[in-house]
Amino acid sequence: MSPGPRLPLLFDIPAPGSSFTDLLSTLGYTRPLEFPTDARSVTAPVGTTVLALRYKDGVVMAGDRQATEGNLVAHREIRKVYPADSHSGVAIAGTAGLAIEMVRLFQVELEHYEKIEGSRLSLEGKATFLARLVRNQLPMAFQGLVVVPLFAGFDELMGRGRLYTYDVVGGRYEENDFGSTGSGASLAKSYLRTAFSDGLTADQAVNVAVGALVSAAQEDTATGGPDLRRGILPIVMVIDKEGLRELPDEAIRPAAEAAVEQIR
Amino acid sequence: MSLPFYVPPEQQVRDKAEFARKGIARGRSIAVIEYVDGLLLLAENPSTALKKISEVYDRIAFAGVGRYNEFETLRKAGIRQADLMGYLYSRDDVNAQALATTFSEALGAIFSRELKPYEVEVLIAEVGEPNRIYRISYDGTLNDERRVTAIGGKSEALTEALRQGWSEGMTLEAAVALGKSAFRTSEGRDPEGWEAAVLDRKNGRRTFRRLTADQLA
Repeated sequence: MSPGPRLPLLFDIPAPGSSFTDLLSTLGYTRPLEFPTDARSVTAPVGTTVLALRYKDGVVMAGDRQATEGNLVAHREIRKVYPADSHSGVAIAGTAGLAIEMVRLFQVELEHYEKIEGSRLSLEGKATFLARLVRNQLPMAFQGLVVVPLFAGFDELMGRGRLYTYDVVGGRYEENDFGSTGSGASLAKSYLRTAFSDGLTADQAVNVAVGALVSAAQEDTATGGPDLRRGILPIVMVIDKEGLRELPDEAIRPAAEAAVEQIR
Repeated sequence: MSLPFYVPPEQQVRDKAEFARKGIARGRSIAVIEYVDGLLLLAENPSTALKKISEVYDRIAFAGVGRYNEFETLRKAGIRQADLMGYLYSRDDVNAQALATTFSEALGAIFSRELKPYEVEVLIAEVGEPNRIYRISYDGTLNDERRVTAIGGKSEALTEALRQGWSEGMTLEAAVALGKSAFRTSEGRDPEGWEAAVLDRKNGRRTFRRLTADQLA
């Protein structure tokens, strides 16, 4: 079947399951890219630090807003933390263009499954599927174009927040308390290790998340700290049993100001 | 070698249509009613597990009567097409008319080419300005409806009852009440269980929600 503006009604797909990604590949939209044998790696903007931590009712996810290309700021207001569906979020680090596309596919995949099957995937199911998307990027990773996401959500079966980190080959690791990925990840994690405690409230967890980003931005030049003058603030999402909500700037600003103040 | 008997095409079409109509007439009906914030889809459905109404896309819903496996195939094909369009282009490029046209083409092709036509009637509803409702029959006939319509065994009597009771700016509660009384009038008995969903503008991006038993009481 050839793609076109008028799509064929999809009757004749061999064994069409409930996966949108499989549908795309059946229809030939995901043929692997071919690289010339003497291909050198290209440079493209990369997203930097994102993190997630558990709190008493769920998880908080946060990310800075900068995309970096070499020693330049490629984008100042990029989004690296996205809702995946009503009860989970995905944050990305690595080659921004590929990562954003991966998130878009992941979002469609989850909604597609839900509509076809009439029920949502379990949180673990979503995390496993994301690992497959990361693994599909492996040929690109060999070209130096790496995508490493972070996945977190509220597990409706277990009744608590859970989070997963990944590696470049699609390894999926569940983290107990917090996780971070991107160039400033190790800095953010050392902050989180001292600031994290069991039973944080949502507000406390938001403060810790923003504090960790600010802390990472001090040492990692690729990570953008809160730009209070321009009003560019980190993106923060809170996920609990009611679902995912993205905090408005007004709610993040006090945390950002406090964190910047502390640095001085 | 024996030749198959010659059957004139008129006869073939008549036979197939009669066959499909019989199949559909056995099925219980589904009604669509426009209310102030969107569209209500109401079906008589004794089963709580098997659904006749489903979400297709942000503002689009599907409903089918007749053979379950056949309208289920159409439902899934619709979701695949909508998700594919939205992924390849933009979410704004998915609309009910394109879906209704493809269903119409597919059902038309199946009706004329296959030995057995699909014994289904399906409905595509889209909330917007204005709301759109398309009814597609077993032979691919496509109808564009306004405000209220129905598909299934007693669809004509049901549509008539809905038209009589409908008024501009109805609330959801009023629409549910109208739907239930129209079913009773057209069927002449108490329906055995309901399945209902709305496409409501106030629900954000995904406008589809199933109604709970409480909302239907």
